[in-house]
Amino acid sequence: MALSVARRARTVSRAGWWTGRRRDHLLGYLFVAPQLAGSLLFVFLPLALVLTYSLNEWNVLADTFSFVGADNYRRLLSDPNVPSVLMATGLFSAGLVVLNLSLALLLAVLLNQRLRGTTVFRTLFFSPVVVSLVAWTIVWGFLLQDNGGVNAILRIAGVEGPNWLRTGSWATLSVIVVQVFKNVGLNMVLFLAALQGVPKELFEAARLDGASAWTRFRRITLPMISPTVLLTSIITVAGSLQVFAQIAVLTQGGPGTSTTVLVYYLYQQAFQFHHFGYGATLSVLLFVIVLALTLLQWRMRRRWVFHEA
Amino acid sequence: MRIKVTALGLAGALALAACGSSAEPQDGPVSLRMTIWTGNEAHLKLFDDIAAEYNKTHPKVSVKYDTLPVETYTTTLTTQIAGGNAPDLAWIFENAAPDFVSSGALAPLGNLVKPEEFVPSTTKLWQKDGTLYAYPFSTSPFGVFVNTDLLKKAGQSVPAKGWTWEEAVKIASAVQQKTGKAGLVVRDFDYKGWDNLASVWGGWGAEAWSEDGRTCGFDKPEMIEAMGFLHKAIFTDKAMPAPGTTADFFAGEAAMTITQISRASLLKDGAFAWDLVTLPTGPKGAYSVIGQAGVGVLKKSRNAQAAADFLAFFTNPANSAKLAQYFPPPRQPLLTADSLARSNPLLKPDQLQDVVVDGIAAGRVKPSHAGQAEIGQAVRAELDKLWQPDADVATVMKGVCAAIQPMLAP
Repeated sequence: MALSVARRARTVSRAGWWTGRRRDHLLGYLFVAPQLAGSLLFVFLPLALVLTYSLNEWNVLADTFSFVGADNYRRLLSDPNVPSVLMATGLFSAGLVVLNLSLALLLAVLLNQRLRGTTVFRTLFFSPVVVSLVAWTIVWGFLLQDNGGVNAILRIAGVEGPNWLRTGSWATLSVIVVQVFKNVGLNMVLFLAALQGVPKELFEAARLDGASAWTRFRRITLPMISPTVLLTSIITVAGSLQVFAQIAVLTQGGPGTSTTVLVYYLYQQAFQFHHFGYGATLSVLLFVIVLALTLLQWRMRRRWVFHEA
Repeated sequence: MRIKVTALGLAGALALAACGSSAEPQDGPVSLRMTIWTGNEAHLKLFDDIAAEYNKTHPKVSVKYDTLPVETYTTTLTTQIAGGNAPDLAWIFENAAPDFVSSGALAPLGNLVKPEEFVPSTTKLWQKDGTLYAYPFSTSPFGVFVNTDLLKKAGQSVPAKGWTWEEAVKIASAVQQKTGKAGLVVRDFDYKGWDNLASVWGGWGAEAWSEDGRTCGFDKPEMIEAMGFLHKAIFTDKAMPAPGTTADFFAGEAAMTITQISRASLLKDGAFAWDLVTLPTGPKGAYSVIGQAGVGVLKKSRNAQAAADFLAFFTNPANSAKLAQYFPPPRQPLLTADSLARSNPLLKPDQLQDVVVDGIAAGRVKPSHAGQAEIGQAVRAELDKLWQPDADVATVMKGVCAAIQPMLAP
């Protein structure tokens, strides 16, 4: 201690401006610089660009780029498609989040038992996470055809399955399920890790007090893993609003517009209809929605996340 | 996030383009890039041969063909243009022609060889104010390919020129019943690419919109009748595969398919016996429909002049004759059964005369309109209601017009 103070004093006297403190700061900045540069280049710059585009009309083919002020935002408010798009998005996200989280938790609880073969099942449920998203979706597209694998299996069971991707509400459900099966393994692993961190003594104590399995789950497990529930729900909600490839491959937004969610609609507007300015406006809307939902969950964490109490 | 990343990609590409395009004299070697949608090896070899020949007289110019996925071709091309990565030359689908020609994205083509040979009906879509902006290198009529093996197996006689839609449905539904294979497939329709249905409703004299593009045609009586016929063929007669079911004619999974004759190259392997006949006649008699593809020079290209020079060579009479074996050319002297037969060993002269020569002379081009992507999407979304067994055709068709009329005549 004394030594370092002495050295610091010496440094100060020698360099004046170049203090150890400044050196530490510089080091710190150097450490964060790569990450900061990445964020600036890949997050903040595009964000600023999207905001700029949303205030302009950009005709790619004619190569014109003209400032239109709030025109695109006015168009957003009067676009007759927006309510149905938001409705489809809400329905899709709600279904996906509820199904994904509850299935992940259920699987995690089941696979947290000390039984033979759980490792095999853990691997099995996690493996879709590492499969290529588009390949996964294309295969499911074949399975969900009217004369595809899913209906063939149902027919053996004596059930005449619907035309999954061609009937409004079934199409939404199909895309949700395909997406849940793809990603449920990731949340399952997070839940598993959290479950294994719950102290066994708590369960022993509760069992001695005569608490039922449900009560133990409700009063011990859930509160103890609530930070992970918060994490997974934030990730899943944000992710559910960005589902694109599955819809592009499976339904292209149809039948009708039943699976045209916000991300797909903005892709259509920008890249298919060449309304890049309006597409940017829609992505601003998406950004605001994701931000608002994340803030909301973050705010509410004090109410139900154990460590935050 | 994906969208944001894409946006950044665009931004980065824009920045690079801005740096790159400042100033450069065109003395060094020129590398031209042409975006295309075919990955067929025979096609690519022919293109490469043409480029190699050009390279002999223009040693500084090399040409690269860039195959983009056909399903998202126009979207990918537009994205490349937006990203400052525009190709020098690009193929353009007929349904994107109005957008590309009218927007000023293409450079005018004033240097093509012997333009007086062009059949007027083939260039109409590709010009503005009398100036040609893209060369319609492929003017491909729709015909019906027939798997004669399957028809024989089902005890059906092979159709001939002048057959009717009633007969087509009868044959298709018989094959479906007796062999379990699909009957008639409108290729590339798949309950999404509805513009391919022009090959059906033409027989009823129906059209998607009026000649001037300002009035919706979907709720006209002839269109309702045609779509009613189609609906019955699908859901009652089971003559066509139902929505969500796929059947590939060229893999032997269907008795007949309506498609452009340029697809004949898919039959080279000869896994089954086949025939090519004209489209069946409808209540309004005989008709023909053509699909087109053009190739143009992007105005944004830094080598626009070199690209235009190469295009003139690529499309000159000699090369057009070579291209004719895959892509029916717009040049009058080449459009005879004799000259086509020389380059189309797969097709018989009378097939070429009936389907190609007569088809091009009388054919209507598939529907196209400025802003087609958006209109097409709206039509697809409304037509989804028609592809249900209990749909009310007239109501659905009124809905289509309600959705697109504001886009046709804003």
